[in-house]
Amino acid sequence: MTAPTASAPARATATGPARTVRLGLNRVGYEVRSYFRQGDTVFFTFLFPLVMLTIFSVAFSAGDFGRTPDGEVVTAAQYYLPAMLAAGALLSGLQNMATDIAMERSDGTLKRLAGAPLSPVSYFIGKIGQVLVTALLQAAVLIAVAAVAFQVPLPGDADAWVTFAWVFLLGVTTCAILGIGLSSLPRSGKSATAVIIPIVLVLQFISGVYIQFSMLPEWLQQLANVFPLAWLAHGMRAAFLPETFATLEAGGEWNLAGIAIVCGIWLVAGLVLARVTFRWIRKDG
Amino acid sequence: MGQPDGGGGNHRVGEVEEGIGEQSGGMTTEHVVEVRGLRKRYREVEAVRGLDFDIRRGETFALLGPNGAGKSTTIEILEGYRDRSAGEVRVLGTDPQHGGLAWKARLGIVLQSTGESGTATVREQLRHFAGLYPNPRDVDEVIAAVGLEEKAGTRISKLSGGQQRRVDVALGIIGRPELLFLDEPTTGFDPEARRQFWTLIRSLRDEGTSILLTTHYLDEAQQLADRGGIIAGGELVALGAIDELGGADARVPIVRWVENGVPRQERTTEPGAFVARLAAQGEPDRLEVIRPSLEDIYLELVGEAAASPALEGSPA
Repeated sequence: MTAPTASAPARATATGPARTVRLGLNRVGYEVRSYFRQGDTVFFTFLFPLVMLTIFSVAFSAGDFGRTPDGEVVTAAQYYLPAMLAAGALLSGLQNMATDIAMERSDGTLKRLAGAPLSPVSYFIGKIGQVLVTALLQAAVLIAVAAVAFQVPLPGDADAWVTFAWVFLLGVTTCAILGIGLSSLPRSGKSATAVIIPIVLVLQFISGVYIQFSMLPEWLQQLANVFPLAWLAHGMRAAFLPETFATLEAGGEWNLAGIAIVCGIWLVAGLVLARVTFRWIRKDG
Repeated sequence: MGQPDGGGGNHRVGEVEEGIGEQSGGMTTEHVVEVRGLRKRYREVEAVRGLDFDIRRGETFALLGPNGAGKSTTIEILEGYRDRSAGEVRVLGTDPQHGGLAWKARLGIVLQSTGESGTATVREQLRHFAGLYPNPRDVDEVIAAVGLEEKAGTRISKLSGGQQRRVDVALGIIGRPELLFLDEPTTGFDPEARRQFWTLIRSLRDEGTSILLTTHYLDEAQQLADRGGIIAGGELVALGAIDELGGADARVPIVRWVENGVPRQERTTEPGAFVARLAAQGEPDRLEVIRPSLEDIYLELVGEAAASPALEGSPA
């Protein structure tokens, strides 16, 4: 029954890991292009932290958020830059991924891909690639605007940038993977933003993104510390705020190991969740 | 489109060699689709109630039937989108529930409904999908074949419904499939686009592509299909060559005329001779010779099935 005939020329249907990775990398470009063509997504996930940074910097321009070891005033812009970098990672990773995949599930994109010779792994390489590219661009724009428009002093030592790099990459990847897991939560593409945005908003308020973390009651800090965003924001503060700010943190010091442990656990849990819950389409019965 | 015919359309040999089977030295009656006792139950409703049919390599097979008859359920089971409740299914020799990437690479699928946001342009989308297949067709040739040259640089979301449907068809054939599924492909096409689509499908068939088509347009089935099945209430009520569906009796021409103000009709296989005898007695009033069309036969069969008590409890 399967004998090939003249009308079925023998073809190389390689389906190995190399092909999976190659197609995944092809999809990164395709996904990034699609991302920047969706105006609403670009605003709510890419530009939103920049808008918030601008609002905070302007609104609290007369505020005094602390002192550097040299006695310089820490401005609102400097104080909020790390928070907005953390928010950006959450929005570009979790919010973007969860709503994007939920939309693609409901509008038939996933159904079409399910019928094509594309591995879900390639699809995820494309998605995570999209998140990494857009999140890095977003971080670069945030840092550039903070430095140029609001004269935020950037860290001069390499250690701070190394901290920023690994915390940011770990945080963005964790958020993206969790977004894939959460994408199966909304029952339709239309309800996706309504389901995902409240989660993201509450998380930002309790994790020290909009409100100074040290001002929250201790039980709320402990609750927030269960989730990766508070740790991501903590890591960003460690990278971008003067050393003296460590005294405001729980324990009075930067806890970089805690970031790696909590984000690492969520990353692994997210991978398992995504692996278990992801379906191209909902099969019935 | 690019692929040599492979020897004067030898895909049609199946028609002649039916029943000879494996003994004819490679020129076998190969089936690209085999369905035996296929059933699909959604909770309380049995949407597909025991289908048996085959599709031969190289033929175009039309699955016809009213809305809710089980056509789309059947085609989606064959495509691997739905799991069956019972029965045996082989598509290109593989159980669709376990079809891998290599299997998918040999299929082309045009789904019934699409609603993608479509931020990619026509050419970008086709180029991207072409990259997923081992031996794709030329992107610009496919764009030309579906008549979208003028729109190649336009975002899919900016196209009309009929034009988006042509993109669906283009994406279905870009991978040079051995077996192409077309689920109501011409919905939303204007008459000219439909004719153009028919030409495209005939050229695919001439290249040896096997095609499973569902359609509401019986003229389309008549134009394109070699064989077909009519499905009603989840069961096949007719199966065979498209020109013979419903059996010979259903196709016997009808002669109608009016005699002394009373309408008369006679079914005869020799309408010419009958009319000659009739005319010998004087010119008949309002004489007509009618050959039942596929549509007449289809409506009769579907109507019979709907009236049958065996179909109680089938989906509306």
